[in-house]
Amino acid sequence: MDGLELLIAASLNAGTALAIAGIGLLINERAGILNLGAEGLMLVAAIAGFAVAVHSNPWLAFAAGMAAGALLAACFGLLVIWLNTNQVATGLALSIFGSGLSAFVGIPYVSEKLGEQAQFKIPFLGDIPFIGPALFRQHPMVYIAMALVAALAWFLYRTRAGLVLRAIGESPESAHALGYPVRRIRMMAVLAGGAMCGLAGAYISVIYTPLWIEGMVAGKGWIALALTTFATWRPARVLLGAYLFGGVTMLQFYFQARGVHVPSEFLAMLPYLATVVVLVLISRNASWIRANMPASLGKPFFPGS
Amino acid sequence: MTLTPKRSLLTQAGWTVLAAAALLAGCGKKEEPAPAAAAPASAPVAAAPASAAPLKVAFAYLGPAGDHGWTYAHDQAVKAVQKEYGDKIAVSTVENVPESADAERVFRDMATQGNTLIFATSFGYMEPMLKVAADFPAAKFEHATGFKQTDNLRSYDSRSYQTAYLAGIIAGKMSKTNTIGVVGSIPVPEVIRNIDAYTLGALSVNPKIKTKVVWVNSWFDPPKETEAAQSLINGGADVLLQNTDSTAVLQTAEKNKKFAFGWDSDMSKFAPTAHLASAIINWQPYYSKAVKEALDGSWKGNSATWWGIKEGANDIIAISDQVPADVKELVAKTKASISDGSFKVFTGPLVDSTGKEVLKAGESADDKMLGGLNFYVKGVEGKVPGGDKK
Amino acid sequence: MLRLETRPQPSKAMSFASPLIALAITVVVGVVLFLILGKDPLAGLRMFFVEPVKNLYGLAELSVKATPLILIALGLAVCYRSNVWNIGAEGQYIFGALGGGWIAMQAGPGTEWMGQGYVVLILLGGVLAGMFWAAVVALLRDRFNANEILVSLMLVYVATLLLSWLVSGPWQDPNGHGFPQTITFLAQTKLPRLVQGLRAHIGLVVALVAVACFWVFMFRTYRGFALQVGGLAPAAARYAGFSARSALWVSLLLSGAMAGLAGALETAGPLGQLTTFVPVGYGFAAIIVAYVGRLHPVGIIFSGFLMSMFYIGGELAQSRLGLPKALTGVFQGLLLFALLACDTLIFYRVRWRSAPAAPPTSNISSTAAAVAKGA
Repeated sequence: MDGLELLIAASLNAGTALAIAGIGLLINERAGILNLGAEGLMLVAAIAGFAVAVHSNPWLAFAAGMAAGALLAACFGLLVIWLNTNQVATGLALSIFGSGLSAFVGIPYVSEKLGEQAQFKIPFLGDIPFIGPALFRQHPMVYIAMALVAALAWFLYRTRAGLVLRAIGESPESAHALGYPVRRIRMMAVLAGGAMCGLAGAYISVIYTPLWIEGMVAGKGWIALALTTFATWRPARVLLGAYLFGGVTMLQFYFQARGVHVPSEFLAMLPYLATVVVLVLISRNASWIRANMPASLGKPFFPGS
Repeated sequence: MTLTPKRSLLTQAGWTVLAAAALLAGCGKKEEPAPAAAAPASAPVAAAPASAAPLKVAFAYLGPAGDHGWTYAHDQAVKAVQKEYGDKIAVSTVENVPESADAERVFRDMATQGNTLIFATSFGYMEPMLKVAADFPAAKFEHATGFKQTDNLRSYDSRSYQTAYLAGIIAGKMSKTNTIGVVGSIPVPEVIRNIDAYTLGALSVNPKIKTKVVWVNSWFDPPKETEAAQSLINGGADVLLQNTDSTAVLQTAEKNKKFAFGWDSDMSKFAPTAHLASAIINWQPYYSKAVKEALDGSWKGNSATWWGIKEGANDIIAISDQVPADVKELVAKTKASISDGSFKVFTGPLVDSTGKEVLKAGESADDKMLGGLNFYVKGVEGKVPGGDKK
Repeated sequence: MLRLETRPQPSKAMSFASPLIALAITVVVGVVLFLILGKDPLAGLRMFFVEPVKNLYGLAELSVKATPLILIALGLAVCYRSNVWNIGAEGQYIFGALGGGWIAMQAGPGTEWMGQGYVVLILLGGVLAGMFWAAVVALLRDRFNANEILVSLMLVYVATLLLSWLVSGPWQDPNGHGFPQTITFLAQTKLPRLVQGLRAHIGLVVALVAVACFWVFMFRTYRGFALQVGGLAPAAARYAGFSARSALWVSLLLSGAMAGLAGALETAGPLGQLTTFVPVGYGFAAIIVAYVGRLHPVGIIFSGFLMSMFYIGGELAQSRLGLPKALTGVFQGLLLFALLACDTLIFYRVRWRSAPAAPPTSNISSTAAAVAKGA
């Protein structure tokens, strides 16, 4: 198949934002917090990043996106961790508020454009036939995403802090009894997760589609949520799932450009149907899901109870 | 949630109502008495007093005026008309009007607020506008790109296929891979016409040209437009045309060091090296005429106006210096002959992509055929989505 | 520093003051936003709170907008009280529109004998279609333990894409010049209007009847009681023999039915055809409506109308004052945020303490509070 290497490259690109947001949500969920506000976080970070990028460079924009994401996530964390509000409702409120706020703040930026976009290529590796164009000609953030995933896996499974985080996700009461500041750690997880979602949002508006338009995240936050379940809460699988989802998104255009006459809507349905299938597969064995899903996910925690 | 006994709930509800009413009354008191709104069933109250009162004109936009595409073109024309007529008209615009049931409320509100000339700038407003037009017989409604008209509602459109043809000439000469691409919005006749015209123009200077088409199923969706453009480029196309409303396609071409055209508005500043030319629509001539007719009372419904290069509604501008001089000359010559009517874009012999002859030698497509065009010409790859239904 | 102290008993006064405080906070932020945008805040507030209710036409439009919100929220209230987190009401709404729309498209010379009674068939079609889509969620949760939040959410996307395919392909109006929409439904299928000349239709009556029915169901029937106990104290419910399984199915089917009904009403009413613009976010806004209405049928009427005022006010603010439409989303999200924050005041007191934390409160009251909160 001609152009396959370009399809792979495009999938990597499309999946990067999903992967970064996915691991952000993973951090949250491993601590037991379900954050349905990912879409809102990403949108606010997208406009924050774009606004900064218009006046300076993409790297500052990424930082701005992370800061915006963390800030908004802090509000979420305050409500959910300290005031013990319902996580589902609060997350949804965050989503709706975030999309409205970003649209509002972004109004003056609709007709702005960013500077010239550089083309990247890893020297030598990028010239290998097929694999070169497929894998080694991406924006640095694509590789950073992979590094982040590796770092998170190392953190979760090879450090004490990661163990504590996972313990809190499984049984915050036990961790509390052991003397760990459960709420503070959860808050840090929420902030870190928010920063990741923010980074993903900034990537979308600064690199992926260097424009601002309201709603431009177009559901990637919700897909990232599905990703964590799809990946049974393991970082490496999040990355794989993200690329798969990204691939399916590009696949519909790939087919169209080749005259393959499959209705694009059905192709577009694939990621969502795939998520449902995976959910079913991993959930149907109750002990499997117990082994995989953080047990305290979504439940409020009360120290002293 | 707590279960509260029934009586206290009713008390709660009662207090809530009182509180809400107090809030409303408090807000209301501060305002001057609101003008009596006309009941929709009857004709609008405002009979135009002496000619001193400006004509109230309203525009409903599909997207944001800053999209630098479709809506931007309308907005520029509106601003020009505002300057042209000064105090004689009072213009208001509403952006981001969804093509859903909510549109009806927007039009109704415009009419109730005293606007007597109302423009709707997208196809999807047709049904809501028809309903409102029926309830406000004294107001005049103008619908862009539609096909239904009544006594107080008429349609208008532009012949963008003419400039698509001219863009095709440039594309045919500039393409190195002999493959050009189109990012299509929704598979309606207007867009299919543009794809065909683009291809015909390219074929007229380069018989080896092939056109690939990718559909995003939306008029305005920058992320998807970017992905679509990327996949066209990945598929070998090196000169892109779009029928969508944002600058994403152009910017993607710039990133990949390929070529593309601006659409609806001048997009040259968004892609200094990729931009070859912009096929623009100038709505000012038509808007100016409509306002004039509304002012002097000669406005009549039941018509469909379709203007093109000749009337100044379409043009191809900002042709880049990367385009060789002889190509620019050819474009100018062709433009002139379209304008004076000596050349028609869709002229036979014309064969569609299945090989069937659709126009015989010397035959030209009339407006009716153009209006319902639903086939790809030879040279365009693939099939029209949805198949040939009619 | 400020400390939160658990109240010995949840405060009833706060439980109805809290939505009002939340509304007040939203209004204050709104005024600030208007000032930032350089618009007259009073005019802005007027657009949101006065204009939509000023006259009969305004009230009619308000009812048109509120009807689907109320209907969907009623179903969601039952769900959330039973601890079933149906987030996919939007997808069930779309399916209701598809079901009702399909039946509407079958109308023709052969069905004329039914007159306006045909509308009942349309609504029935919507209800069944919505129930079907919710049943998928229920089945996957029942048989496979699949988390209903994610499944219902994914199915929203699937439903949206299915609608898009249908109106661009098999159901496309052959005379529609290729635009992705179905035929305009025949007059027979139109919902009867309440008042001649206004858009208010029988949907409002349906909604009010539904409110009454739901109230009876939730607070006067054994089933409703069982559902709520299941949500508040699952262990106690199990002990009492209330089936969690039937709670799951009943609440999902009910909310699917309501969302489907709302979809069918919108399609046969204001829309009059199927287009890609059927989904407008009612399924998600209804979640806010349900919460702000305290998951109580009567409260939902008020919050439904309040949300509609935000929608319509946002439109008017845009068309008459030039304020951006995005404000509506900001206000809606803010309202829910503020409400959730204010709700804590029902269970906690704010105290100023300079000493270190008070001794931990007793287990029982805080657990009960926690369970009640978590529902």
